Amino acid sequence: MPTETHGISLDGQGKPLWLSLELTYRCPLKCTWCNNPLDFEDYAAKELSTDEWKQVLRAARELGALQLGFTGGEPMQRQDLEELVAYADGLGFYTNLITSGIGLSEERLLALKAAGLKQIQLSLQSTRADMTDALVGARAHALKLEAARLIKAHGFPMVLNMPVFRHNIALIGEMIEWAAGLGVEYIEFANIQYYNWALLNRDELMPTLEQVREAERVVNEWRAKLGKSMTIYFVIPDYYEGRPKACMNGWGAIHLTVAPDGVAMPCQEARVIPGLEFESVRERSLAWIWHESPLFRKYRGLDWLPEPCVSCAEKEKDFGGCRCQALLLTGNAANTDPACSRSPHHHVVQQAVAGVEAPLRFRKPLIKRAAGAVSTAFMEG
Amino acid sequence: MDTAPLPADARPRLSPHYVFRWEESQSAFILLYPEGLIKLNPSAGAILARCDGARTVGTIVADLQAACPAAQAAEIAEGVRAFVDLACDKGWLRAA
Repeated sequence: MPTETHGISLDGQGKPLWLSLELTYRCPLKCTWCNNPLDFEDYAAKELSTDEWKQVLRAARELGALQLGFTGGEPMQRQDLEELVAYADGLGFYTNLITSGIGLSEERLLALKAAGLKQIQLSLQSTRADMTDALVGARAHALKLEAARLIKAHGFPMVLNMPVFRHNIALIGEMIEWAAGLGVEYIEFANIQYYNWALLNRDELMPTLEQVREAERVVNEWRAKLGKSMTIYFVIPDYYEGRPKACMNGWGAIHLTVAPDGVAMPCQEARVIPGLEFESVRERSLAWIWHESPLFRKYRGLDWLPEPCVSCAEKEKDFGGCRCQALLLTGNAANTDPACSRSPHHHVVQQAVAGVEAPLRFRKPLIKRAAGAVSTAFMEG
Repeated sequence: MDTAPLPADARPRLSPHYVFRWEESQSAFILLYPEGLIKLNPSAGAILARCDGARTVGTIVADLQAACPAAQAAEIAEGVRAFVDLACDKGWLRAA
């Protein structure tokens, strides 16, 4: 989830304050930076039912969850979304919808409002129709603009989320200008993180350091110009800074994600780590999974940390960084995140950045998120 | 911050899209809003509970003073004004 932890000001005291429900991995778009699993199509038949999701919501509230994001895939694909929002609102959740805007008709928007939905995070990839449509692999731009207009017209607070990569990073200024015209209160430039589809396409998607610095300059210019009327969230991605992110505020600290098939995880990417025992709410109680399961206890707290983290003054700030990134780039999830300049594997990240800078390189086509686009046979068993 | 202090006759109320309520699991008042949540200490909770767009800052001060020993009157007045200004600056409250 790109909206990691900004705004949080209370320590979870062991409670999963932030709940993400991945209602489905179905989606009409084919984004090449999607963070859903490569074998996303296998989940459609295993999705939790409306009643099963309601049970998850009750259990999470009992554990102290407060903020709730309905995400996916595209959550609008679930026809019971309105019913689930109403149920969650009744339990006392602050309900957020994270959507591409596809399927968000005025009728459904009104139903969501009546159900108590508080906020909508809408993704938009560019300010230009041909570019957006090419990036998401569908005629989506016009539908997204219409969704944005409707969201504002019906008085929802809106976070506009622009996933940022090489192809659209130069449009950040244009995007802010467009959003300011629409009255968007909050815009998030989510420098994409490289897992699953995004990792497959990393060499083509990664911007150069120069592009990232220029984007930061543009953002700061707009921040000064717009003042308090718009909050602009932009952070330099971890690959470039030599500092790891405090991923999910620590493993099993405040975040709880439930996948379409009911598997509960400390973050949306955790399934990339082999050897972990994943438990579904269909077999185990959410309370047991959160408090007791080997999965959530594995990297919780600071006791498991390797060197150089153990003797590092910043361990309580970043908790050793991201476990999934450690796995994907060093082969071991228990290593220090290689985004950290003190990691013995930091050269892997430096090489990725250097590879982007190389003037003469062979460009590969982007692999669009689609069933069968890559073989996932190796993931079986 | 650079925001001017609210006058005593301003009627602060919660900003749209903010939810203020008691949360049993935290044994505290909390504030929920897009992208965030805040646990309030008891005095902040008592002040926010009175920011209903009807009461003026002056009324809120008098209200809370009435519930506490007279010796704390000045401290309460100062505390309420400081908190209301901060809450406006952070966007939690708006002056109606």
